[in-house]
Amino acid sequence: MNRFAALLDRLAYEPRRNAKIALVEAYLRSEPDPDRGYGLAALTGGLVFHHAKPGLIRALIAERVDPVLFAMSYDYVGDLSETVSLLWPTPEATPNEPPPGLAEVVLALRSAGKVDIPRLLARWLDLLDETGRFALLKLITGALRIGVSSRLAKTAVARLGGREPDEVEEVWHGLEPPYRALFDWIEGRGPRPEAVDPAPFRPPMLAHALEERDAAENDPALFRAEWKWDGIRVQAAAGTMADGRRVQRLFSRSGEDLSGAFPDLLERLTFDGAIDGELLVMIDGRVQPFATLQQRLNRKTVTPKLLAEMPAAIRAYDLLAEGGEDIRALPFDDRRTRLEAFVAAIGDPLIDLSPMIPFETWEDLAAARSDPSAHGAGADAEAVEGVMIKRAAAPYVPGRVKGEWFKWKRDPYNVDAVLMYAQRGHGKRSSFYSDYTFGVWKPNGETRELVPVGKAYFGFTDEELKEIDRFVRNNTVNRFGPVREVVHTAEQGLVIEVAFEGLNRSTRHKSGVAMRFPRVARLRWDKKPADADEIAVLLAMLPEA
Amino acid sequence: MTGPIAPIHSANIGLAAVYRQADALSYWSMRAEDLLSLDAAGLYCAAGGFHIDPVRPVARAVVTHGHSDHARSGHRAVLATPETIAIMATRYGEDFTVARQSAEYGETVRIGEVDVTLYPAGHVLGSAQILLEWRGLRVVVSGDYKRQADPTAAAFVPVRCHAFVTEATFALPVFRHPPVRGEIAKLLDSHALFPDRTHIVGAYALGKAQRVIALIREAGYDAPILIHGGLDRLCRLYAERGVDLGPLEAVAGRAKADLAGRIVLCPPSATQDLWARRFADPVTAFASGWMRVRARARQKGAELPLVISDHSDWDDLCDTILETGAEEVWVTHGQEDALVHWCGTQGIRAKPLNLIGYGDEEEGEGVAAGGAAG
Repeated sequence: MNRFAALLDRLAYEPRRNAKIALVEAYLRSEPDPDRGYGLAALTGGLVFHHAKPGLIRALIAERVDPVLFAMSYDYVGDLSETVSLLWPTPEATPNEPPPGLAEVVLALRSAGKVDIPRLLARWLDLLDETGRFALLKLITGALRIGVSSRLAKTAVARLGGREPDEVEEVWHGLEPPYRALFDWIEGRGPRPEAVDPAPFRPPMLAHALEERDAAENDPALFRAEWKWDGIRVQAAAGTMADGRRVQRLFSRSGEDLSGAFPDLLERLTFDGAIDGELLVMIDGRVQPFATLQQRLNRKTVTPKLLAEMPAAIRAYDLLAEGGEDIRALPFDDRRTRLEAFVAAIGDPLIDLSPMIPFETWEDLAAARSDPSAHGAGADAEAVEGVMIKRAAAPYVPGRVKGEWFKWKRDPYNVDAVLMYAQRGHGKRSSFYSDYTFGVWKPNGETRELVPVGKAYFGFTDEELKEIDRFVRNNTVNRFGPVREVVHTAEQGLVIEVAFEGLNRSTRHKSGVAMRFPRVARLRWDKKPADADEIAVLLAMLPEA
Repeated sequence: MTGPIAPIHSANIGLAAVYRQADALSYWSMRAEDLLSLDAAGLYCAAGGFHIDPVRPVARAVVTHGHSDHARSGHRAVLATPETIAIMATRYGEDFTVARQSAEYGETVRIGEVDVTLYPAGHVLGSAQILLEWRGLRVVVSGDYKRQADPTAAAFVPVRCHAFVTEATFALPVFRHPPVRGEIAKLLDSHALFPDRTHIVGAYALGKAQRVIALIREAGYDAPILIHGGLDRLCRLYAERGVDLGPLEAVAGRAKADLAGRIVLCPPSATQDLWARRFADPVTAFASGWMRVRARARQKGAELPLVISDHSDWDDLCDTILETGAEEVWVTHGQEDALVHWCGTQGIRAKPLNLIGYGDEEEGEGVAAGGAAG
């Protein structure tokens, strides 16, 4: 456990991707089996402990620390595991046994009954130092958050044997911790693990943001365009195992399995192949706002009512495999032709085709982007957040390849608002006031009052964060637990230019509107609160009811 | 240590003497509020006609220590230890005040109706707690203080009092500063592991930098240590005051090859400056109590966080409050709420002062801080 803890500690402070890969690689080289396999599983999110919930950790610390001091500490540190690892009291007598190993912890947690876990955990916490306690708690709550993606860990595995990360990716889904077969293959002691999985995750191809010179330098005839939908990028993969069993999976862009949240969609994956597309909620053939989709994402359990009211759909834009054949090496145009036939053969209104946007010049495309409804998006125009531009001859290559795919987003909306409340952030922003509630003016008889219209958590630079934090601390007029009310009169206060992607009516907000994806665009120290916008500006941006 | 009232160590005999001297009768009619109040410049003692660590220019200031958020220029008169006076003159120029008076630790100075005595606070060179005695009431204003050993500052002396005005920079039980030796070992271990990489240590210009240098020396490293220009004058001042920092050399004017493998100290903000680009593949360390919390350490871009603080950690704050025997505690700046709550659990009356303007230079919360020093 200590070596794994030391690895996590170093990874947490190492900003360089290559250095992170080197650290993970060195760990995998030096750590014996099976511990390194469990370490790899932890880094790739492959360990789940159902009985070790945050509530259990809270209960353990509550027996040892004053609840008020715990609450204040947690508010400050912003992370439960770290708070507990720092607060955990050193036992009166140091137990005479070594700290537990990683495999020991994993196996003990798997075999232990629910009632035994608190005792086990408390004993380990007594045996470990602060770094070890932190690693243990992070491990069992399944939230390492050390800036190591599953992809990065697999890259380190590949390097053990001089292989490509995609080779590891493609055998990955058939494997289980502690991954002995994988290490045997990579280190040249065994055969390649059979890709027994007919529906593996294939790393998606990603786009660069379009810059002016990209358009200037490229011939539009060599490119195709389609709408950029405001949903969630998914990969729907399905196939049949050798023994006849069906496998159907829905992956996020990063390879997380989303199947559990979308059982309705899963049973529609009757094909044999892999579709790259956008997950949307569609009612009567019409795409619903992102907020609706979000309601489905945030549910732990999916009720029949939810499934009926918010049916999930896939709008397909690429085909990666068909009938066991990997077609990623084909040019986009060829894949598109196969995709059109493939989707037609499925014949399901909830798995439809993302249409192409015809254009001859970049100006044509700019016109489509600024007015999607008049250029083919029709009733779904509100769910369009820009256009995607893809090279006709490009094969499907994992990752962000230069010059092949571009995204060209619509300009975000902007409003000048006044900071009203600030709350301390969590994670990286902990101890800084980094969650901001802002408002705009609303006429009230002869006078005007500020009404909150949203909250923003990001968009600012580290330097701006410090400026706002200092402003909040020096201009607090009221405190409500972790929340501070800051001065916001016509003359005194901080004006923030807020950018957002869209606006909806809301009955939950006093202002009657809810912003989508609001963030701090700029601090307007040059403006007084009196110069901030009025609610009418926002109401004018609302889509027609 | 001389003075009308000896500082109390552990002997209870000393305590009894203190209480005989204190006029118990008049104490019962007096409260700390009668002696100290708050105005726009900070803590004000009406009976003496002076402020303590005022944040605006005032007629008469008593200054606990030389950090720029406590020691500001422009007062008409300043009373402080000789070291603090020297630090202020170094940072602001000789004309930082109209009149100045230095008082040694333990020496009592009468101002108006109040006897003022300075005791070591252990925070930085010259740092003092201020004991105010008036009509039998004893109030100690601690300024910033620490209990950990520090080769560059006189050790903190607990002083019995009725009311104790304490800082609270690290007043949360998550802050437990580890022994500094282990933290210095982390630096020297990394230096041994990467002998060709420059190790840049961000440390506050006044106090922390000199303490880190002295600790590195204690650990047996005697090669020249390179320092940023912003540390130069204060390091000289420490050396003149008898603090041995070993050979120090300037970073400026050196070729890249000559910087490889060196240990370099600089103000924290310099690690993000163009200044830091002269080093090839450096390891960036920070010496601060905030390094205990990961999010804070990452925010600063630390690759090698060293938990070294010149403030008291949670346990030392609590122990010190108990040692002073204070019945009332005022909490000045930092995490006031937690310390006030803890005092309540101990039956000690406590209140936050919500002072504004402190913690701006040094380890103050939420501020990147740094080289205000020259």
